[in-house]
Amino acid sequence: MTEQVHLEISDEIAIQIQNMNKWFGSFHVLRDIDLTVNRGERIVVCGPSGSGKSTLIRCINALEEHQKGQIIVDGIELTSDLKNIDKIRSEVGMCFQHFNLFPHLSILENCTLAPIWVRNTPKKEAEEVAMHFLEKVKIPEQADKYPGQLSGGQQQRVAIARSLCMKPRIMLFDEPTSALDPEMIKEVLDTMIELAEEGMTMICVTHEMGFARQVANRVIFMDQGQIVEQNAPEPFFNDPQNPRTQLFLSQILGH
Amino acid sequence: MTHKTASFVRNELIPESPPPVSETGAVKWMRENLFSSPLNIIMTIASLWAVYTLFNSVAPWFLNGVWSGNSVRDCYEILDGATGACFAVLKERWPQLIYGFKYPPSEFWRPNFAAVLLCVAIAPVLFSTVSKKLFLFTVVYPFLAFWLIWGGTILGPIVAFAGCAVAVLASRRLESYGFALAALCGFVCALVCWIFGGYLVDIGKDFLVLPSVPSRDMGGFMLNLILGTVCVSLSIPLGIMLALGRQSDMPIIKWICVCFIEFIRGVPLITLLFVANVVLAYFFPPDTNIDLILRVIIMITLFSAAYIAEVIRGGLAALPSGQFEAANSLGLNYAQAMRLIILPQALKVSIPGIVNVAVGLFKDTTLVSIISMFDLVGMIRGPILSSTAWNGVYWELFAFAALLFFVVCYGISQYSQWLERQLETDHR
Repeated sequence: MTEQVHLEISDEIAIQIQNMNKWFGSFHVLRDIDLTVNRGERIVVCGPSGSGKSTLIRCINALEEHQKGQIIVDGIELTSDLKNIDKIRSEVGMCFQHFNLFPHLSILENCTLAPIWVRNTPKKEAEEVAMHFLEKVKIPEQADKYPGQLSGGQQQRVAIARSLCMKPRIMLFDEPTSALDPEMIKEVLDTMIELAEEGMTMICVTHEMGFARQVANRVIFMDQGQIVEQNAPEPFFNDPQNPRTQLFLSQILGH
Repeated sequence: MTHKTASFVRNELIPESPPPVSETGAVKWMRENLFSSPLNIIMTIASLWAVYTLFNSVAPWFLNGVWSGNSVRDCYEILDGATGACFAVLKERWPQLIYGFKYPPSEFWRPNFAAVLLCVAIAPVLFSTVSKKLFLFTVVYPFLAFWLIWGGTILGPIVAFAGCAVAVLASRRLESYGFALAALCGFVCALVCWIFGGYLVDIGKDFLVLPSVPSRDMGGFMLNLILGTVCVSLSIPLGIMLALGRQSDMPIIKWICVCFIEFIRGVPLITLLFVANVVLAYFFPPDTNIDLILRVIIMITLFSAAYIAEVIRGGLAALPSGQFEAANSLGLNYAQAMRLIILPQALKVSIPGIVNVAVGLFKDTTLVSIISMFDLVGMIRGPILSSTAWNGVYWELFAFAALLFFVVCYGISQYSQWLERQLETDHR
């Protein structure tokens, strides 16, 4: 299994971050981040709260602006040029902790909105694509309902389908299961695992260590705005090097 | 005593059952709501007595009302000392109350027809079930209504419409080159169209002419309705733009919007109307004569736009930031995110506030009576009450004015509540 996974990863670079720094006011949130993500690679980012992991992935699709350094996504450098930003955002899908579905639109409309308006897909075709992905996340029967009528797990799966409808080349997940009941976490993780097996490039901020072990090619541990340690999952979990990583892992895996 | 174990296993789930049957119906409701305590019994009786007294004094006044007669003295003669209203004034002065005292009676069909067409034109805006094709008529309607009510050659409104259409088409074409450039080009195109159209109107003065009625001859409830509809429909889009401008990242736009809103909100509407009436003339070149109704429309629109902007800002603030982020992360640009995601939700939250402003605006149109325009209230206070025939018939006239305004405002309020229920999709 692991062999296969490694074969899927090409040498092509999906995301390259060099010497990236970000401040909130005078607070230095991200410090000298260097990260290269190859196409097809699946990365799990973990760390204590306030360590900058969400901010890091939000910088990748310019939801947050970085002040120093370089981010290149899909060969396009992120600058303040709005055209570039919109282009990158349409190539990079994102799922949020609180789903952020559009409550005034039906599930189907949530999924077809961006393809219709950003990609100029004809409505009928967009609906077909949307139904395809809703089937993939196993809730085609909810297509005509509104987000408020769905459970948290279903909403998050819709959010994943909504992103997939844009046929993104990279998917970012910002703690997708943190706001869910334990019973619903599995259904969302299963969807993500399926996505990973299809070779999607993924960066996932999560505390689901089981998921990290099963799916990730690389686990990144962040603390105080810096990448403290990164490694393949096996050595990362079994033999962490940095004392801060050891402490963190002992706390979350301890019980 | 032997100690029982706390172990318990449920093998069957308890099925759902109806609530216990208790007495229901009118008697229970009255006992609970009207006679639940000695204090409530006293208050119920006192309220009944108050309602009875009120009814007792108003009912004869209303039912004995005199509907025919040419002056207040005729009413007194017919009533012969009994209590009763003198509704004859409404009948005799009906055209004045509705159209003002100078609008030519032979042309009354024109505002009437415009009012009927207004219902058709706003239908697609108010009800989503109405065919979208009717929007074409909504777009044309303002120009058509202007022609109907003010008269003159139809070429004038046609040229005005053509200018707007050209501006929209031109700016659509250039939208991808940037918003400011597109807006500027649209404006220039419209200006060119209007200048050349002006010559055309001069040549075709006699083409499809309706007898022209000048603005100073407009009056009565018609004037209130014109001011109300035009100002509401202009101030909502302007208010949206101001609200978005106030949240803008661009400092100049932001500060223009903030200053405008704060200034307008800090000044009484009456002051602005006096400015429209008197002072505004000093700011224009000496020969230009901007129509008084237009000046009043501009002032009322600016006034209510500032209020609507603040209401919408409240709606925008109520949206979780996740909605902006989700829209952005899908690659929607600013205009698309606003139009498709943010504004539909923000406006929905703002409906009660917007309706509040709209109703207030509609009633505030009566303030124009102070700058000597003869709207409904102006007509009553001026020509009607000061005439020798109807001197002193206050109650009937003002009750009638109140009734007309109430019907419209209550209608608006009921519509807005219905709309809110229609848009209820979040099932909170």
